[in-house]
Amino acid sequence: MTAPLIDVCGLRKSFSGHDVLNGISLQVRRGQVLALIGPSGSGKSTLLRCINLLTVPDVGRITVGDQTIDFDGRRTRLPNDRRLSRFRASTGMVFQHFNLFSHMTALQNVMEGPLTVLGTAKAQAADEAHALLDKVGLLARAGFYPDKLSGGQKQRVAIARALAMKPAVMLFDEATSALDPELVGEVLGVIRGLVNDGMTMILVTHEIGFARDVADQVIFMREGVVAESGSPGQVIDEPQNEATRAFLSRFNATATNRIA
Amino acid sequence: MYHWDFGILWTYRALLLAGLGYTLLFTVICVILGLLIGLVTGVGRLSKTPFVAAVLRGYVELFRCTPVLVQLVWFYYALPVLTGLQISATVAATLCLSLYGGAFYSEIIRGGIISTDRGEVEAARALGMRRYQILRRIVLPQALKRMAPPLMSQSIMQLKNTSLLSVLAVPDLLYQGQVVAHETYRPLELYTFIAIAYFAVLLPVTLWAKRLEFGTTASEA
Repeated sequence: MTAPLIDVCGLRKSFSGHDVLNGISLQVRRGQVLALIGPSGSGKSTLLRCINLLTVPDVGRITVGDQTIDFDGRRTRLPNDRRLSRFRASTGMVFQHFNLFSHMTALQNVMEGPLTVLGTAKAQAADEAHALLDKVGLLARAGFYPDKLSGGQKQRVAIARALAMKPAVMLFDEATSALDPELVGEVLGVIRGLVNDGMTMILVTHEIGFARDVADQVIFMREGVVAESGSPGQVIDEPQNEATRAFLSRFNATATNRIA
Repeated sequence: MYHWDFGILWTYRALLLAGLGYTLLFTVICVILGLLIGLVTGVGRLSKTPFVAAVLRGYVELFRCTPVLVQLVWFYYALPVLTGLQISATVAATLCLSLYGGAFYSEIIRGGIISTDRGEVEAARALGMRRYQILRRIVLPQALKRMAPPLMSQSIMQLKNTSLLSVLAVPDLLYQGQVVAHETYRPLELYTFIAIAYFAVLLPVTLWAKRLEFGTTASEA
């Protein structure tokens, strides 16, 4: 069997004495989709942010592709700027609040990474950006600034922006949580398209139904540890852990309420 | 009844124009140097190295909390005694006004940088952008737009502060005006002219700054 594309080993992180991650290990193979679910404050987002080093872990080892970074708990400084940049460029991140560059058009947002980080020629970056905006269905909005786009459109531009770096993996941090309910579908549609393309990804999500549909592996996190892990059928449909069951039943209740 | 005679201004026009030229030249130099110092200081104060941040903070507070007139005199008379370097009045004045302006500019620039959306900075980091790239491509373009009006009004202050150069006998507009006033015993005409000259230069600038300010607000609304 080939080595996993993402390999996280013994990850720990605490914020001012409060342990947020308590020794997390996980692996994602090429082309696989991992869904991270769990209650707020369980450490899902922190874990995701650690994987592209937006948050610096205290202890543990992170491998993405052929790059590995170790954290021994003593070194508080990050690896140097250049190494960090190379590591982050190989992971695409999509944020809950889109975080588009507000002084740039949709097209410029998508071109920014290739232009600045990869040193791509302007004409080529523009061609690729047009193709990506077309892929997320927003070619007609290429010249629009973020404040003229809806939440769903912003998030689709943000996905295109992350894809422009040709990342090995995509990380989604509650990509639909800040959206009006009627806009969730268009973003999930784009993510589903990436799944079909065989993109390797980790989804932090509260869309349990979507996670069951697209994920190969589901991890339920609680208080900074992996409480339960397995296929969607195991974790979502037949949870063994008491906490998982409680979380999912509460989720099902709210989901029903929302539809009603 | 005082008999006004503005005719003497014409007689000394060459001297007065040279003075005005000096004032404008000094303003341009001190604004540019001040902005550079302010940019370096404003960015430096956000440094993660406590020593750097503390030293720069000390500089800013020192220059903000002492009168610029005192600073000018100190730079000209006391600095050479301390360092053993003889500096001309022009150099002392340029150094002092640039540092004085830089202290205020740095506060404006620091504020502009801090007010940038953290999310956008994170998104830039996630793309793999290096620190200076984030500053140049994401933070500064947005911050500069917000900072333009306060930077403009600080620059207007810089121009008015150049009138203090006359105490070091730098031949700016005020100094030349005083020379002519002593020569002709016509101080009222001269000071009236000087006031009008400053006003005539600055009014268009403030009106332009106002438009800039409204322009920013309108596009952000």
